Amino acid sequence: MMFDFGKYTVTILGSWGVTLALLAGLIVLTLVKGARVKRALAAQEERMKKNG
Amino acid sequence: MIALLMRDLRLAIRAGGGFGLGLAFFLIVVTLVPFGVGPEGAILSRIAAGILWLGALLACLLSLDRIFALDFEDGSLDLLATAPIPLEAVVTMKALAHWITTGLPLVLAAPLFAVLLHLPTPAYFWLEVSLLLGTPALSVLGTFGAALTVGLKRGGLLLSLLVLPLYVPTLIFGAELVRRGGEGMAVQVPLAMLAGITAATIALVPFASAAAIRVNLR
Amino acid sequence: MSIWEYANPVKFMQTSGWLLPWIIGATVLTLVPGLVWGFFFTPLAAEFGATVKVIYVHVPAATFAINIWVMMLVTSLIWLIRRHHVSALAAKAAAPIGMVMTLIALITGAFWGQPMWGTWWEWDPRLTSFLILFLFYLGYIALWEAIENPDTAADLTGVLCLVGSVFAVLSRYAAMFWNQGLHQGSTLSLDKEEHIADVFWQPLVLSIIGFGLLFVTLLLLRTRTEIRARRLSALEQRERMA
Repeated sequence: MMFDFGKYTVTILGSWGVTLALLAGLIVLTLVKGARVKRALAAQEERMKKNG
Repeated sequence: MIALLMRDLRLAIRAGGGFGLGLAFFLIVVTLVPFGVGPEGAILSRIAAGILWLGALLACLLSLDRIFALDFEDGSLDLLATAPIPLEAVVTMKALAHWITTGLPLVLAAPLFAVLLHLPTPAYFWLEVSLLLGTPALSVLGTFGAALTVGLKRGGLLLSLLVLPLYVPTLIFGAELVRRGGEGMAVQVPLAMLAGITAATIALVPFASAAAIRVNLR
Repeated sequence: MSIWEYANPVKFMQTSGWLLPWIIGATVLTLVPGLVWGFFFTPLAAEFGATVKVIYVHVPAATFAINIWVMMLVTSLIWLIRRHHVSALAAKAAAPIGMVMTLIALITGAFWGQPMWGTWWEWDPRLTSFLILFLFYLGYIALWEAIENPDTAADLTGVLCLVGSVFAVLSRYAAMFWNQGLHQGSTLSLDKEEHIADVFWQPLVLSIIGFGLLFVTLLLLRTRTEIRARRLSALEQRERMA
């Protein structure tokens, strides 16, 4: 079995799991905030162009 | 500069909180600890040095946010910034006033409170030395934190978060000095480090504090 | 052509936009093989057993936890001296990445310490200094969040970063004096005698490069977001004035 490391299973799967979860969270937050700000900026520029 | 120092001292005394509040807080911390860890004298005497240092540190923290806040609100900080003496000197005097109103009373009262915690007898001398050498650094670093947060509405909690990590080296060497002194071990290294940190802090940190105040007044 | 051209936000946006796909590609090409290699295809070390696999996430995270702070120190200095806004925003963008790296290093360290040292947490100098580093990241980010005026915030956090760096180093040595540690020495020493065997070393280097590129990717993305947010608030202000 690939994910069986004897008595160290918790150690390894736990630390890898936490690492990947935290990195994934950071990446998702970065992308979500990036997209939101980009959208808001585009909307704002559009509105200002229309109003002169 | 002397006039500024006297003014700050008078203000602190008139406001009432200055001398009393820090000491009362210190006393409460010392009283609460045995309730938390149990009344056995052996345990208490082992951790007494750390508790006294922590109590001094927290009592010092308590009054930090007032160092600049009042002067900032009534505009006298703007006047001080344009005064003929450099802002760095103003900051140093502020730190000195803070130390005289909170640090010095703690240093003087610490032996009394140490009795409550069964501090070993040989450690009393080193407790005094370490607090006398260490607490000025706490006040100076406190002015830095206060200068960073002076413009903020609710800076108190943020101030603690910013200042406490800066207190780590002083706390480590201060408490270690008392512990080693109490056990009769060699004390040169923590003594020299504690004094060195305090000296460097007093010499350099006022420049950072003054820079932060200038930014906040801009 | 000098590096200072990238201090111009427009130029920075152009170049970073062009660069990003390549860096994302490079990140995927190093991070994924590095981690897969480390996780599936490394032998077990004699003295550590299977726990050796933890180092492929622990060591890169710890490396960048420190290096990101150094990078923030450099960019803060550039901001304070030359007043380039991109530099200050890059420091702001880097801080949360550094905090997550520190957190990963602490948590994976705890998972590793549990079977090896018999405890989740030990007040060892290295562990203690990482905890203090984490507190510095927290304070730095909190100060950015608390101040409304962006230039004031950049100045004050810059000063905090300078003072914090000095005290972080000082705390490290204070902690070393305070408690002799359990933590083994450097894993990546160039000295052949000291450093670990090649079978472990090669995937480790690959995952460190992967983490580094991941940091660059995230840093570029976040800095671009910060620049856009700054422009957005400037436009909103102008609209309100009009």
